[in-house]
Amino acid sequence: MGHHYTPEEIDRQVRTYILVFITLLALTMVTVTVSRFHLPVREAVAVALLVASIKAGLVASYFMHLISERKLIILVLVHTVVFFLAVLLLPLWTHWDAIHV
Amino acid sequence: MEIPYTVAERPDTGLNNGKIGIWLFLASEVMLFGALFASYLMMRIGAAVWPRGDSILNVPLATVNTVVLISSSVTMVMAWASLQRGSFARFRLFMGITILCGFGFLTIKYIEYSTKFHHHLFPSKSTFLAIYFTLTGLHGLHVIGGMVVNAYLWGPGAKLWKTDPEHFTNRVENAGLFWHFVDLVWIFLFPILYLL
Repeated sequence: MGHHYTPEEIDRQVRTYILVFITLLALTMVTVTVSRFHLPVREAVAVALLVASIKAGLVASYFMHLISERKLIILVLVHTVVFFLAVLLLPLWTHWDAIHV
Repeated sequence: MEIPYTVAERPDTGLNNGKIGIWLFLASEVMLFGALFASYLMMRIGAAVWPRGDSILNVPLATVNTVVLISSSVTMVMAWASLQRGSFARFRLFMGITILCGFGFLTIKYIEYSTKFHHHLFPSKSTFLAIYFTLTGLHGLHVIGGMVVNAYLWGPGAKLWKTDPEHFTNRVENAGLFWHFVDLVWIFLFPILYLL
């Protein structure tokens, strides 16, 4: 990012955006369809989060251009992900700890 | 006084100020929603019983809203691509559609909320509803915030295109990053609240 694109590059990007859009729609349908099977909670959570993560990865990589972004931004985001996971895992840790006391 | 590095890249970071600024802001937003997701997790694993989202919430409406928001993300990035190609008219078209999608999303959310309130399903009714209204309410506020910025860039802010097109394109790109983030949050909210 941060530079001028040739018309050919923009055309190529637009084709990618449309492809990503179709994939996102398909994955949304996959999520909804799988939820109708009423899988056990663990499997349902795993499938839902896996599909959501793929969708989020597509949006971040292509619409937010992270796939071609500068290293500094990636570094900031890696730190953010580490702290985000820590915030999510701390409650789980306390929960498991309480069970095993 | 002119603000430096609105277009040119800083020699130390290789990025313009707007770009690094919006990404740092989005990093803080990840932590804000992260704290709320953690609260959801804590309450869900600590609850004796937890309702399936589809037993209380309207999944078809939320699915339509997901499609609306994903579509708006595509039109947003197409608006930016249009400026890269120098086509202001197409930018106006795609940005206009993005704003309309935002209205569509909020209208559907309004229908969902009012149906809940009609059935006396308020945040005080249960832990599930409390976290549902908190998460979707905060997300809705972000949609409104994004729409205000997008409407400014579509309307009065577009004057900048005539005097400094590169600066204007950067602004649209940064507004787009925020809008995609709003889409990204919904991608996780939808299955977590409605389908599990």
